[in-house]
Amino acid sequence: MARNIGEHAVTEAKQSLLSAEMLAAGYGGRAIWSDVNFSFERGEFVAVIGPNGAGKTTLFRVLLGLQRPMGGAVSVFGEPPSRGNPHIGYIPQRHTIDTETNVECLELVRLGLSGIRWGFNPITHPDREAAISALEAAGALDLAHRRLGALSGGELQRIFLAEALVSSPEILLLDEPLSNLDIRRETELLHLVNGVVRSRGVTALLIAHNINPLLPHMNKVMYVANGKMATGKPGEVLTSESLTRLYGVQVEVLKDPHGNVAIIPVEEHHGDVP
Amino acid sequence: MSISPNLLADLREIWSYQFMQNAIEAGTLTAIVAGVTGYFVVLRRSAFTAHAFSEIGFAGAAWAVLSGIPPLAGLLLGSNLGGLGIALLGRRATNRDTQIGIVLAFSLGLGLLFISLYSGYATQTYSILFGEILGVSSDQVLETVVATAGILVGVGIIYRPLLFASLDEDVAEAKGMPMLSLGIAFMVIVAVAVSFAVQVTGVLLVFSLMVTPGATAQYLASKPSRAIIASVLIALVATWLGLFLSFYTPYPVSFFITGEAFFFYLFVRFVYARFRMERISPGTILKPPTDRSG
Repeated sequence: MARNIGEHAVTEAKQSLLSAEMLAAGYGGRAIWSDVNFSFERGEFVAVIGPNGAGKTTLFRVLLGLQRPMGGAVSVFGEPPSRGNPHIGYIPQRHTIDTETNVECLELVRLGLSGIRWGFNPITHPDREAAISALEAAGALDLAHRRLGALSGGELQRIFLAEALVSSPEILLLDEPLSNLDIRRETELLHLVNGVVRSRGVTALLIAHNINPLLPHMNKVMYVANGKMATGKPGEVLTSESLTRLYGVQVEVLKDPHGNVAIIPVEEHHGDVP
Repeated sequence: MSISPNLLADLREIWSYQFMQNAIEAGTLTAIVAGVTGYFVVLRRSAFTAHAFSEIGFAGAAWAVLSGIPPLAGLLLGSNLGGLGIALLGRRATNRDTQIGIVLAFSLGLGLLFISLYSGYATQTYSILFGEILGVSSDQVLETVVATAGILVGVGIIYRPLLFASLDEDVAEAKGMPMLSLGIAFMVIVAVAVSFAVQVTGVLLVFSLMVTPGATAQYLASKPSRAIIASVLIALVATWLGLFLSFYTPYPVSFFITGEAFFFYLFVRFVYARFRMERISPGTILKPPTDRSG
């Protein structure tokens, strides 16, 4: 399955799903970041890394058509972003459900598909089937009849992943799905997302604080800092030169034997870190 | 009017009074509307907002009494203005307890002023505060029929988007749903529903029909459609039983309705739900599904 889609992806690889040129965005006339260029293709798993307030969520809002860019060009499926694009699946940041919400998970996932339809149609079987297959892809089939308010953080993220997947999107925008997860749940969720990216040929952008858990899975990395972004393959971006240029201060990228990286400003480097 | 062991004869006796017929008809319609909208009020955590509507409506109704127009018109005007205002304040305004509380207190004060200015008979004000179901006229029943039909059609049209926006506002917005229009539509529906529920329970007791059945239903069913049916049934039984009991006792209908709804809530919340949890939990402790991918 994964191999077939892989071949399919190769034939279409030249067509970039998401791209930006000299893009700038911000609030109230002040740019958070500018001169941003990127191009992502079908089936790429992209890690978006950067400190709080750097504008990672703003990038998602621009791609979702929730916020107009201040300058430059951005295209989603070759067109300007528009709100409500059914081919984009989205998990918002700090997404939670009130613990008193006694609605079963299956209903929320179904609404990812049928929640945009007007009119009273209580029984729609196609959306139920789509919801069950999305729950399966998100490894959450066993949660289908559990109540939303009773789920743990990791379980809830799997339900949100299923909700995002139910409309069979080609792009997934995941805003900090790993926050509040312990290391084991983090690894589990990343395996799930990676599995979806590979088996469905989905392009996924995932915002996180720490790049190391993502390193085994991702194709590209996007570092956001200092009003700029550095985008490319991990080997190109995760170098002392490229990150020094981004941060504007001398930084060094250190690697441990497992390939984990540590980014350390040179001035404060005491010399005793592996 | 004394209760007999023959329930059918009792009901026949109740039905023989025109005011009881009107009360049962208006109460039934109101219970249906309150049960349906109440489910969403609870799901969206807008209980306080719904309560505020009724008190803004109280100021409107007191003003209407003073101006010699029907109190219901003032109620509808007040609660709808409040609803529009809150909806226009925008996203998550329904959770702004402080601002809503400030407006609510001012509305009550305004209502008090209108009452003190009104030199006539004060029963109307009392009935706005605590309900007047036994004094509903045939015309009011007809008005309630129209409002019920309008609200049910309205909820039917926005049912799924409203459910989606109530559970997951951010994703619904990203999916292109018009959140502001949806918010306004829902607030207007709740404002109208509250105005009619006030006829039964009064401004101060409107929670018993608008919130308690919806909150109880959340513990009874986890599918929204079933929970809405449960919410309606609870509101209906509370209203019918309240009318029945108050017919044979000297106590007010509103008291019985609030009391029944409250004790049924306690039963479901602490007896039924606990029993249910115990029955469900041991089997559903999860095995991590990702073990397969290794």
